[in-house]
Amino acid sequence: MALITMRQAITDALREEMQRDDKVFIMGQEVGVWGGTYAVTRGFYDEFGEKRVRDTPISEMAIGGVAVGAAMGGLRPVAEFMTINFAFLALDAIVNHAAKIHYMFGEQMRVPVVYRAPGGGGRQLGATHSHTPDVIFAHFPGLKVVSPATPYDAKGLMKAAIRTDDPVLFIEHHTLYQIRGEVPEGDYVVPIGVSDVKRPGDAVTIVAYAQGLQVALEAAKQLAQEGIEAEVVDLRSLRPLDMGPVLESFRKTFKAVIVEEGYRTFGIGAEIAARLQEEGFDYMDAPVKRVAQLEAPLPYSRELEQSALINADRVIAAVKEIL
Amino acid sequence: MDKAILLDWYRQMVLVRRFEQKCAELYQLGKIGGFLHLYIGQEATAVGSIAARRPQDHVITAYRDHAHALVVGADPKRLMAELLGKATGVSKGKGGSMHLASVEHNYWGGYGIVGGHIPLGTGLALAEKYKETDAVVLCYMGDGSTNIGYFHESLNMAGVWDLPVIYIVENNQYGMGTSVARASAAPDMVTKAAGYAMPARKVNGMDVIEVYNAVRETIDAIHAGVAPQFLEINTYRFEGHSMGDPLRYRTKDEVEKWRGDDPIGILERHILKENAATKEELEQIDDEVEAVIEEAVKFAEESPFPAPEALFEGIYVDN
Ligand SMILES: Cc1ncc(C[n+]2csc(CCOP(=O)(O)OP(=O)(O)O)c2C)c(N)n1
Ligand SMILES: [Mg+2]
Repeated sequence: MALITMRQAITDALREEMQRDDKVFIMGQEVGVWGGTYAVTRGFYDEFGEKRVRDTPISEMAIGGVAVGAAMGGLRPVAEFMTINFAFLALDAIVNHAAKIHYMFGEQMRVPVVYRAPGGGGRQLGATHSHTPDVIFAHFPGLKVVSPATPYDAKGLMKAAIRTDDPVLFIEHHTLYQIRGEVPEGDYVVPIGVSDVKRPGDAVTIVAYAQGLQVALEAAKQLAQEGIEAEVVDLRSLRPLDMGPVLESFRKTFKAVIVEEGYRTFGIGAEIAARLQEEGFDYMDAPVKRVAQLEAPLPYSRELEQSALINADRVIAAVKEIL
Repeated sequence: MDKAILLDWYRQMVLVRRFEQKCAELYQLGKIGGFLHLYIGQEATAVGSIAARRPQDHVITAYRDHAHALVVGADPKRLMAELLGKATGVSKGKGGSMHLASVEHNYWGGYGIVGGHIPLGTGLALAEKYKETDAVVLCYMGDGSTNIGYFHESLNMAGVWDLPVIYIVENNQYGMGTSVARASAAPDMVTKAAGYAMPARKVNGMDVIEVYNAVRETIDAIHAGVAPQFLEINTYRFEGHSMGDPLRYRTKDEVEKWRGDDPIGILERHILKENAATKEELEQIDDEVEAVIEEAVKFAEESPFPAPEALFEGIYVDN
């Protein structure tokens, strides 16, 4: 086991997959000569050459669509959007093409594309560059959407994403690149569509993923100091969504708080809360709480931005309201 | 041109024409639903260009896609079944008129979002170049789609990467009811290719032989190392944009003028002049096509609709 950053974990997964399968290649803005805007592909251009590490023009629609065509033609593209905010320009390629083609043509074609998209708030990038729009993409059957919270999951999920014959959106929260965690040597895969209990407990279920998971774990740590043992469930994948561990935990704790960095309205929490009342109503002891981004465009000014975002204090307050 | 080839092209063009006319009939009867875009008038483009491709070359187009499917060799029975929403359709009844495909013939569809397939065709070309094959992609599109972002981003990227793709604009003079002059600031399509330093030429899309020669030479040019390529094929759709088009945007005179250049008529006159066949022999081909259409309709009508569980089948490869 080595203690590595999530950035390193993703880098390792990409490198190992490129070494394993010469159909895997990378395309995106500044992925090559520059080394990746978040330095995830640093060194790849020299190691794999310009054929497999392809710098693109600033053309999100074409990045989204050309990757689909290349995947249809038998390659396994890893197409990077510099940030998920720019993937809005490629929404049609992702939603209408990547996610539909296998189904719409009666399974004649496969689209094994991985879209990588760093994103999230908290870095004073202003309203257009700070989105956490994961739920928009997770809305559509046909696309798989994953967003890891730990280096271990990031590496294993990236490998799964590259190996599946389905299109995957792989969302990397930019504040998580520096976090460290244990990652074993060698090859392993974390299956897409499997939630994971990250911390056992019996007082309350906290459901989270990505950056929200780190916030949830911090809150759970502080709650434990007061003798409140929260169980933290990491969704890891938003579609397919695995409610199994969430429901199992809820049947034990009878209470749930859902944490997400995106907006509350029509958010992940809304979906989880609805599923809890549909599938776990008999176990419901208290209203299901949601901790999410406040409903305003994210402002630049540091304190003001932070005031809109989730944090451990807000999670703790939500937990205490229902205990 | 070899006589047998001319007759084969004639047969294919009549097949497309009769297939489309039958579709219109079935639409009126309520057997075909959704949107239906007919190719009548444009037959020489699909037939001439696809005749010039080799089997390994790819074809991809927009929603006016029946002709390309027929000409690559997809089974008319399964195409008609798709239009009727049947489980035996090429896309299992899930695609419909706008989403025909036949991957076994390297025909990748049939796409309903204007311009959405242009990067897909570009990506197919990237895959071939990556695999170091000599295959090229014929990426067809309407004149209207040259105004969408996908078009410009794709041509630029293909140019930067020297991809083996021919962008074929089927300029039928209108995007729905908006003429090229009213929609394109640079109404001359080939000037759009110039913006991406791409070789481009204009082709008379009513003459199947001219289309064939142009595409042949363009594929050769790609093999000689000049890629990507651009063709503007000038043509006209004799019918409306789709079923129920009020046809308010063009005059009867204009339509009549173009109908005088009916690509099937032009080829027929050529065949007769060259003594490649007699009038009777051509009529016999017409009858044979008629039988193929009848058989396709019968097959489609007798085929089952998709089973209820098909709704959830094929959403993912790996569940
Ligand atoms: C992105 C998008 N915008 C609008 C439409 C509606 N629409 C369908 S066909 C069409 C006209 C396209 O014209 P052209 O590209 O010239 O093709 P043609 O129909 O003449 O073959 C329009 C506007 C669409 N399908 N997709
Ligand atoms: Mg047009």
